[in-house]
Amino acid sequence: MTEALHERAPGDRPSREIQPSAPSEFLVYTIGLFVAILLTATSFWAANTTLLWPGGVFLGLAVLAIAQMGIHLVFFLHITTGPESTNNVLALAFGVLIVFVVVAGTMWIVADMNANMMMPSGEPMSMRMQH
Amino acid sequence: MNIAVAIDQVPQRALPIASEAGPAPKRIVVAYGFWIFLLSDIVMFAALFASYAVLVRSTAGGPTGAQLFNQGTVAIETACLLVSSYTCGLMALAINSRNRLGTYLGALITFALGAAFLTLELREFAEMIAIGATPQRSAFLSAFFTLVGCHGLHVTLGLIWLIVMMVQVAVFGFVARVQHRLLCFSLFWHALDIVWVGVFTVVYLMGVSP
Repeated sequence: MTEALHERAPGDRPSREIQPSAPSEFLVYTIGLFVAILLTATSFWAANTTLLWPGGVFLGLAVLAIAQMGIHLVFFLHITTGPESTNNVLALAFGVLIVFVVVAGTMWIVADMNANMMMPSGEPMSMRMQH
Repeated sequence: MNIAVAIDQVPQRALPIASEAGPAPKRIVVAYGFWIFLLSDIVMFAALFASYAVLVRSTAGGPTGAQLFNQGTVAIETACLLVSSYTCGLMALAINSRNRLGTYLGALITFALGAAFLTLELREFAEMIAIGATPQRSAFLSAFFTLVGCHGLHVTLGLIWLIVMMVQVAVFGFVARVQHRLLCFSLFWHALDIVWVGVFTVVYLMGVSP
């Protein structure tokens, strides 16, 4: 069989004839669902609780969201680290890089411009924005 | 020299590597191309997320996110989309085992949950517009309606696509080209759920947390 050495389509599981040790596909989806539910519930709890320090909630929500995206990729889209999935992972890595550049770059540049904006009175905008 | 010797000592793989095995099957080519499209779609969403993050404080004296958003609705919307992603996965299993009844059942539940999500979202938009929180009100609301509306538009297109695919399954059966399209549909649907994770975190949870 040469099939095993081909790349695998994104979204496809390794065939169980080729890889008998692969877990049941139904089990993979179900585990993914439960982990995703757990992470979502934690996100909603963290956003509403008063138990946590408010400054840390923002970071915690970001971490939970990224973790859940990872869970979706692994359990629903079946992205693996195996050699047959290399092309998919490389494309994904490039996409993540561009997403990071667009989001972080925009926020950095605009925050910088906002801070340096000169108001008619001559003082920076950031001084005026503070209530 | 040593490196060359070391390479010679690596046991050769018994099977030909992919580059010697001829062109990849069509299923892999189609799904990989669609994967590239999805990543470009996610890059577009990244631009919308960035503009939302920049404009979120620019309410121009209008209502803020904390005054507008109802977390109960968002939780139900999230649950609908997450479970529909799961049933879409189960539908993919039914397709792989050429189980017609399972495919229709999975598609039906996926469609119903997607439609429920869309109904809740449209009702939320209608309520916001009714109290004057229209996209024209402030830069924050423009960015909000663009980002969340674009995701809603994707869900709408996904639902139409799902109907078309079920008609194709009914007419053509599980031929190879229909299976390729169904694989693309499930990739699309899972990707929409990933984008929604970003939406509910950035827009609804970070927007209302104290």
